[in-house]
Amino acid sequence: MAQPATSTLTTSPGGGRQHEDGTPRRDFLYLSAAAFGATGAVLTGWAFVHSMNPSADVLALSSTEVSLAALQPGQSITVTWRGKPVFVRYRTPEEIAKAKADDKADLRDPETDQARAKKEQFLVLLGVCTHLGCVPLGQKPTDPHGEFGGWFCPCHGSHYDTSGRIRKGPAPKNLEVPAYTYLNDTTIRIG
Amino acid sequence: MAKYDYVPSPFMSNPIVKWVDHRLPIFEMVDQQLIKYPAPRNLNYWWNFGSLAGVMLVVMILSGIFLAMNYQPNTLAAFDSVERIMRDVNYGWLLRYMHMNGASMFFVVVYIHIARGMYYGSYKAPREILWWLGLLIFLAMMATAFMGYVLPWGQMSFWGATVITNLFSALPLVGKSIVTWLWGGFSVDNPTLNRFFALHYLLPFVIAGLVMLHLWALHVHGSNNPLGIDAKGPQDKIPFHPYYTVKDAFGLSVFLIVYAYFVFFNPYVLGDADNWIPANPMVTPPHIVPEWYFLPFYAILRAVPDKLGGVLLMFGAIAILFVLPWLDTSRVRSGRFRPAFRVFFWVFIVVTITLGWCGAQLPEGIPLILGQVCTVLYFAHFLVFLPLLGWFERPRPLPASIAEPVLTPAAK
Amino acid sequence: MRSFKLLLAGAALVLSLGTAQASEAPEFPRQHWSHDGFFGTFDRAALQRGYQVYKEVCSACHSMKQMRFRNLAGIGLDEAQIKALAAEFETTDGPNDDGEMFQRPSRPSDRFRSPFSNDNAARAANGGALPPDLSLIAKNRKGGQDYVYALLTGYADAPQGVTVPEGMHFNKVFPGHLIAMNQPIQPDAVTYADGTKASVEQMAKDVTTFLAFTASPHLEARNSLGVKVMLFLFVLTGLLYAAKRKIWKGLH
Repeated sequence: MAQPATSTLTTSPGGGRQHEDGTPRRDFLYLSAAAFGATGAVLTGWAFVHSMNPSADVLALSSTEVSLAALQPGQSITVTWRGKPVFVRYRTPEEIAKAKADDKADLRDPETDQARAKKEQFLVLLGVCTHLGCVPLGQKPTDPHGEFGGWFCPCHGSHYDTSGRIRKGPAPKNLEVPAYTYLNDTTIRIG
Repeated sequence: MAKYDYVPSPFMSNPIVKWVDHRLPIFEMVDQQLIKYPAPRNLNYWWNFGSLAGVMLVVMILSGIFLAMNYQPNTLAAFDSVERIMRDVNYGWLLRYMHMNGASMFFVVVYIHIARGMYYGSYKAPREILWWLGLLIFLAMMATAFMGYVLPWGQMSFWGATVITNLFSALPLVGKSIVTWLWGGFSVDNPTLNRFFALHYLLPFVIAGLVMLHLWALHVHGSNNPLGIDAKGPQDKIPFHPYYTVKDAFGLSVFLIVYAYFVFFNPYVLGDADNWIPANPMVTPPHIVPEWYFLPFYAILRAVPDKLGGVLLMFGAIAILFVLPWLDTSRVRSGRFRPAFRVFFWVFIVVTITLGWCGAQLPEGIPLILGQVCTVLYFAHFLVFLPLLGWFERPRPLPASIAEPVLTPAAK
Repeated sequence: MRSFKLLLAGAALVLSLGTAQASEAPEFPRQHWSHDGFFGTFDRAALQRGYQVYKEVCSACHSMKQMRFRNLAGIGLDEAQIKALAAEFETTDGPNDDGEMFQRPSRPSDRFRSPFSNDNAARAANGGALPPDLSLIAKNRKGGQDYVYALLTGYADAPQGVTVPEGMHFNKVFPGHLIAMNQPIQPDAVTYADGTKASVEQMAKDVTTFLAFTASPHLEARNSLGVKVMLFLFVLTGLLYAAKRKIWKGLH
């Protein structure tokens, strides 16, 4: 009646009715059915989970163009990119000099100013404090600029310098520089 | 129900299971109510539809939650937000079609489940409350489906909502105030859409609660079976697992093939083309029909020339199901042993399907007359045929037990 | 059992009678579409020709609000082509720093430009009739794509006894036969880049294919996933059937 257990894996499930309870073939059949069903459930689950990822319309809007033509030295503008503020500052020569001088300072997150600004007069930063996501102050002349003349986050007191680097306070990283390219001398595309 | 000796599954002796169960006997409940649960050994494939309905409820709730993450219940944004789901959200079209066609599948399954209960007399003592709970689930499903259909804010959404809410205006004195209250304004508009969305999200969880009660009531006396006789002893029963878990799983898989066919290859066929047109309160589509699962009731509504009468009769068509356990006077449960009942049962099925067809036609000429005839037959089934059958019908002899149906040649 | 069969036959008879009585809508033939069926895919060349017809003919009056230029990737255009094409149209943006709305070239993420700024403007320019949005036209009309094709090719001289009022046109398949839209596709209305002869039937077929795409842009993804799901379910059903047989074997 019962076939040798070794033949079970090679015969198709559903055949071999002669087996009684508890034989290896039965186990293989149940396991494959259960594994198959579970795989289907997981793959279906992926479709559900993936639906929460950014959708095609969100991804299509993930770049934004900014004109810098109207900006004067010492002025800043804030633009929205992917729902977050981006700081663009036309830095004064003094600010640039200060930032470059501080390249050699004791930095928590060492980066040279040159690496952070493609053209030294225009600094482009993601205006989100790297501590817990507040928007630092310092865009308006009347704002506090912190101890290093750049930006100051009021939530937990992080001080950023004129290159947007973290100098004091709880934030672990420099203000992020988003990916951007110059389309011409006075227009950049962020993202 | 025969006394059944509970022998715990091996996993019940696991120390962690024991630790948990000492504090919250959840494993014991699962073991007793799902794994070792004694079920009649002779349940046929018509008994699959209960668990299928449960699966559909889960599918609808899950797909619905993920759709709700992208849906906007505002008249200015609703239609476009649904189109955005279809076009831009990752697998959004899949979620939408699962949900849209899932409603139809849910109703197919539940209608078969109800018909099975009617054929095999599953509503009879001691299962009347089980039957009532099922009907409450059905009512909640209808409300949920109706409000869900409004959400895409297409032409049929809008005009379906207008027509159905206006049913309440048939009530004397308070009718108009009730309709204004339902709308939250003087027409179906933003407040209506907003509250329908809130309730459409809420009601499925009410249904889930009712399903729990339904199962609780079921497990008191156990499932009815195709013979309609009570189990006489342990030889009539088998543990739910693995026998019915595997049978339900197989049935589910077959069902999923049908479901997947509609979702992937024919997703529009069960819906109305007009609902892909954004709602326009100034233009009524030439032919308003509800979704197919409401058509029999819609036909009953239109069969009566009087507004209030039609509304009452339509609600009566469901209300009468609540007293079915007492209208059926026969002491034999299963239709298998009731030759005359069987004929009337199938007449009733045909009548209901014919009503559904009439509901989809313009209410004039043959469909109207046919609808009226079938409405009379529908109610006559419950009020005349079933009570009389119990007196006049001579049932066939019942088998001695579930395990020995061979003793009497089973009718088929 | 016999009575039951009789009953079914009777019901079927009644149903068929009723159907015959109820169907008075104009008939139109089913066309063959490459995107029909389990393995259907859109004919890319037809889609691109169809877009050309839409752009050069239909879009003069009809909006297509659900479509964005980036969706044209689905008809086989690459990113650079889409960008260039989008830039041909203007999109209203703003307000700018002076508080004014302004026009700028469209980007791939912008919607197709509607010919009229709102429905009332569209009515005013079209003798009171609102040209419907075409995004979903292939599935929000009874008969779907076959109806659209039949309508576009269904213009004819009115038969004897039918008076066509000023501003209306006779169409064989339009419900009521009187349609405000003049025959939109005239022979050689467009010049196809691929040299296809622009007959009325060809253009109608192409633009209907494009409209079927705009109504169901996910159709190809749906079909290909559907075939996989079906194969999976067939195997799963087989396995579960075998398991069911095994488990129940000892019982009967």
